[in-house]
Amino acid sequence: MQLLKAYAHDFWRYRYLLQNLIGRDFKLKYRRSVLGVAWSVLNPLLMNIVMVVVFSTILDMRGSGIKNFPVYLLIGQLLFSFFTEGTSSAMGSMLGAAPLIKKVYIPKYIFPLERVCFAMVNCLFSFIALILMMILTGAELHATVFLALYPLVTLFLFTLGVGLMLAAATVFFRDVMHLWGVFTTALMYFSAIFYDPLQMGSFTVGGTELNVSQVIRFNPLYWYITGFRATVLDGTGLTWSMVWICGLCAVLALALGLIVFRRQQDKFVLHI
Amino acid sequence: MNMIEVNNVSMRFNMAKEKHESLKEYFLAAVQGKLQFEEFYALRDVSLKVEKGEFHGLIGLNGSGKSTLLKIISGVFKPTAGSVTVHGSIAPLIELGAGFDMDLTARENIFLNGTVLGLTPQYIREKFDEIVEFSELRDFLDVPLKNYSSGMVARIGFSIATVTKPDVLIADEILSVGDFMFQEKCEERMRQLMSGGTTVLLVSHSIGQVERMCDRVTWLEKGRVRMSGGAREVCDAYRALDEQAASAQRAAAKKPMEVKKD
Ligand SMILES: Nc1ncnc2c1ncn2[C@@H]1O[C@H](COP(=O)(O)OP(=O)(O)OP(=O)(O)O)[C@@H](O)[C@H]1O
Ligand SMILES: [Mg+2]
Repeated sequence: MQLLKAYAHDFWRYRYLLQNLIGRDFKLKYRRSVLGVAWSVLNPLLMNIVMVVVFSTILDMRGSGIKNFPVYLLIGQLLFSFFTEGTSSAMGSMLGAAPLIKKVYIPKYIFPLERVCFAMVNCLFSFIALILMMILTGAELHATVFLALYPLVTLFLFTLGVGLMLAAATVFFRDVMHLWGVFTTALMYFSAIFYDPLQMGSFTVGGTELNVSQVIRFNPLYWYITGFRATVLDGTGLTWSMVWICGLCAVLALALGLIVFRRQQDKFVLHI
Repeated sequence: MNMIEVNNVSMRFNMAKEKHESLKEYFLAAVQGKLQFEEFYALRDVSLKVEKGEFHGLIGLNGSGKSTLLKIISGVFKPTAGSVTVHGSIAPLIELGAGFDMDLTARENIFLNGTVLGLTPQYIREKFDEIVEFSELRDFLDVPLKNYSSGMVARIGFSIATVTKPDVLIADEILSVGDFMFQEKCEERMRQLMSGGTTVLLVSHSIGQVERMCDRVTWLEKGRVRMSGGAREVCDAYRALDEQAASAQRAAAKKPMEVKKD
């Protein structure tokens, strides 16, 4: 509790720095690009079109029963890319902040937090693409859409927690960056982004038969994505298991992240 | 009242011969039993007290631990042993323009650096003209910092850092970059701050400047306090070191000549 209080105090004191750092990233990202912020919308939209074409014509993996496949796919893409962007940029954040933290005292967790916030800002912009796609495909708007805030907020906290752990680990071992890239690529295929796990069959590993829809339950991202789809696309609201799994994963990841990060942070400056 | 209290501070660095930055290297080294660190004390049992309103100088040869001590006082490093207490707000000028982003313009950097130092955007906006005025770089405000000269960057950095009235100002060789006009201006600004009650801890290699500006001086040698006291006294002793070193060098230079004669 005391730990949280200290974090909250720092957070309040350095909120403008956080704001300015996010502003800086934003400016630098879009400086000198003609379309600027529009890319946040265009990029996922174009990616989505490519993937829809690929998965519904060339590789037919869409199964048959997915209602509104483009939107289903886009939700998966957006949330998953928030997670990968957030974690991988948070991972390098301490190294990136090296010139700064070698000269001034700043609470270190500001940097991973800033990166995850920036990823979230991008993600929110790209929701414009989602809205466009929903209009284009004539998707219904449900009242449950407001509930989408829950998977979104818990996903943010989950990403932050994972990002903090990765940031701390990367300071000591740069290998983590490469490993994480491979891991997220593998994870992508197990997050039900472009298929419905219920319609997938089973596969065997070393003689035991595993069911895709069973295995995928161990992937927290699956729950965030499914929860978001349930509220935005299906209009069914959140099931209990969605609520508690999303919440629990977020709390656990964040707690672990804060503990690991806090324990190591005084050593960072000597290793970067 | 003591504004800065440094009590028996030691700082140990692990000078890894090779830094193991990847797992493979680390494991290889661990397996081969090569994972030794050379322990190195940058500071040993250093104590220092700076009173309110004092202008304290810190001198010493390269690598004697001055910057390390300032970083410990400003919280960048945690000391291996000992403790540090600073009363009141602290403006650390370990290097001017910490957190400047070379791709951003000076205007944007003023806000960024200001918030790094803990100022609010509103305060920076109020003081913006004052900052720009002092740095004399109004015409370059919307130029990215990468197109600045290093002295110009330092000007902006100094202007931002001294626009507040910090209780403690910590400055590491910051006056050496600017041209002589700006140096005078900086000294003037520091005196102004002092008269407003700010305590200053200054590292400089310009002994003349230290003697002129400081009340008291501490001389660090290889991580230990060699001497601490009035500015005149310590600076004189430090200068004497110069002569000693020079004569030692002369002696060393003579020897090989003598050898050759035989
Ligand atoms: N992060 C670090 N890791 C390992 N050793 C360090 C680190 N920082 C400083 N040192 C060592 O500590 C010693 C003191 O360095 P420091 O920068 O404090 O010297 P200084 O008195 O400021 O010298 P100068 O006059 O050149 O600025 C040096 O020998 C340096 O190698
Ligand atoms: Mg130094």
